[in-house]
Amino acid sequence: MNTTIMLFLVQDGITNGAIYALLGLALVLVFAVTRVILIPQGEFVTYGALTYASLAAGQMPGTAKLALALGIGAFAFDLFVARKALHARLVVRSLITNIVLPAIVLALTVYFASQKPPVAVCIALSLVIVAMIGLYLYRIAFQPLAHTSVLVLLIASVGVHLALQGLGLLFFGAEGQRGPAVLSGAFTAGALRFTGQSITVYAITIAFIVGLWLFFGLTLYGKALRATAVNRLGARLAGIRTTLSGQIAFLLASVIGALSGIMIVPITTLYYDSGFLIGLKGFVAAIIGGLVSYPLTAVAALVVGIVEAFSSFYASNYKEVIVFMLLIPVLLLRSLAAPAVEEEKD
Amino acid sequence: MTALLSVTDAHVAYGKVEAVRSVSLEVGTNEIVTIVGANGAGKTTLLSAIMGILPLKGRVAFAGQDLARLDIEDRVAMGLGLVPEHRELFVTMNVEDNLELGAFRIERSKAKASMERVYALFPRLKERRKQLAGTLSGGEQQMLAMGRALMGEPKLLMLDEPSLGLAPIIVADIFRIVTELRASGVSVLLVEQNAQAALKIADHAYVMELGEFVLSGKASDIAANERVAASYLGFQHEGESVI
Repeated sequence: MNTTIMLFLVQDGITNGAIYALLGLALVLVFAVTRVILIPQGEFVTYGALTYASLAAGQMPGTAKLALALGIGAFAFDLFVARKALHARLVVRSLITNIVLPAIVLALTVYFASQKPPVAVCIALSLVIVAMIGLYLYRIAFQPLAHTSVLVLLIASVGVHLALQGLGLLFFGAEGQRGPAVLSGAFTAGALRFTGQSITVYAITIAFIVGLWLFFGLTLYGKALRATAVNRLGARLAGIRTTLSGQIAFLLASVIGALSGIMIVPITTLYYDSGFLIGLKGFVAAIIGGLVSYPLTAVAALVVGIVEAFSSFYASNYKEVIVFMLLIPVLLLRSLAAPAVEEEKD
Repeated sequence: MTALLSVTDAHVAYGKVEAVRSVSLEVGTNEIVTIVGANGAGKTTLLSAIMGILPLKGRVAFAGQDLARLDIEDRVAMGLGLVPEHRELFVTMNVEDNLELGAFRIERSKAKASMERVYALFPRLKERRKQLAGTLSGGEQQMLAMGRALMGEPKLLMLDEPSLGLAPIIVADIFRIVTELRASGVSVLLVEQNAQAALKIADHAYVMELGEFVLSGKASDIAANERVAASYLGFQHEGESVI
């Protein structure tokens, strides 16, 4: 084989792998903190990407309305739970985060959508919209089930995924969309050509990983999240609310998903249902990392990206099959290495 | 004076099995109260229910406020702390992080002083502050669990079997620290199988059997009680029959 082609494939693989790494890390984070296997991670990707693309094309994205609708639902849940001991402070706080905030964002979206806003505004709005959707989804679909088994949470997760995918079709239609590049231009180094967009992907991925590392290592909230993942009861006894940790985890996951989408949509045409497969590849990486190890997940994601790039060159019809087949030896090895089946405690 | 913690007619059940039946107890300010009893008497269940980990039927009031609607986290914020039997440390995090998280509900400015106080109480923890909690010895883990609970500035600290599985010299250390806590204004509710040691430092004691309190009174009186002596202190008074 030709070295140039090989280098090109590796480069392509690393670009995709970087995205899978971010998604895989988000999956590990959410699972560790809330025990939810976040199937709708892929929908955060498409919602982020298509909201961004719609805004850039001067169209009004339906996701902004969805955020407000979910916010109203979350507010109703808050009121219902606290119905026997309603404090004014609690109501006001819930009203601001669940209704006032998405209403303001909706107003801004309507205002900007009509006048083809600059790229930075599109990115900011898309991120905020998807972040709110993630946060309210946790409140509505997962927080009430927080005490149940992993299986129940998984079923809820599948349900949320199906609902969001259907709504995606409603909001964005069956047509694929592309968004404008975050950074245009390109330069060549030897045989390789680096586009501004791929540089953006590398830079944002690295920045996010470093940022997460600092967040978990140095900040009190980051440590609280780790603590919840390590020992839920211990965290509660220290006064750390499980719901707070869950909210932060979902917020991070939805922002990571949306950001990944915004980074891919200038490179690949995305459809309302493209996110599922992309999220699933992040999931493959997360599984290889055992749903616990962040570094292993990141490395596995790069491997997934590279394997995908090579298989799409040599056997493009089987590219997805080959990528998902990676799981089988890993699962086999893991099941052989595991001394005994651990019963789920909670 | 109203008690700091007062539990009235508490029932705790696992499904249909009642593990705690009609229990009432009080802990005053600056007081060490101990609950002694055999394994399986329901002591741990009672503490868990007071903390809000298990549902409790009956009334629990802390600092004059009914706890019924409050989550574990709210109870912690009110000044009720529990060091559970299994310690529940953050084993993959270091000693300092464990302590820092203990002060999650406390103002940042106060947490620093809190940590100094905990280090003064447990100098061993200061030596090991960068070590992972999971690699500590059993005694050090117990100290860390107590330290973490103290970081939250509790008014009442509930200790569940702090001496379990520890070397006698460390047990003595831990009991000494419990009395120091009382001197510094923290009340303690101590659950122990090591009744002898617990009764020595406690002001008030309850004896629990099969989910019920069968005796209560001043700790010194309980320690002198023949039946308690025979069942829990491991010796019998000469020439006296048991019960």
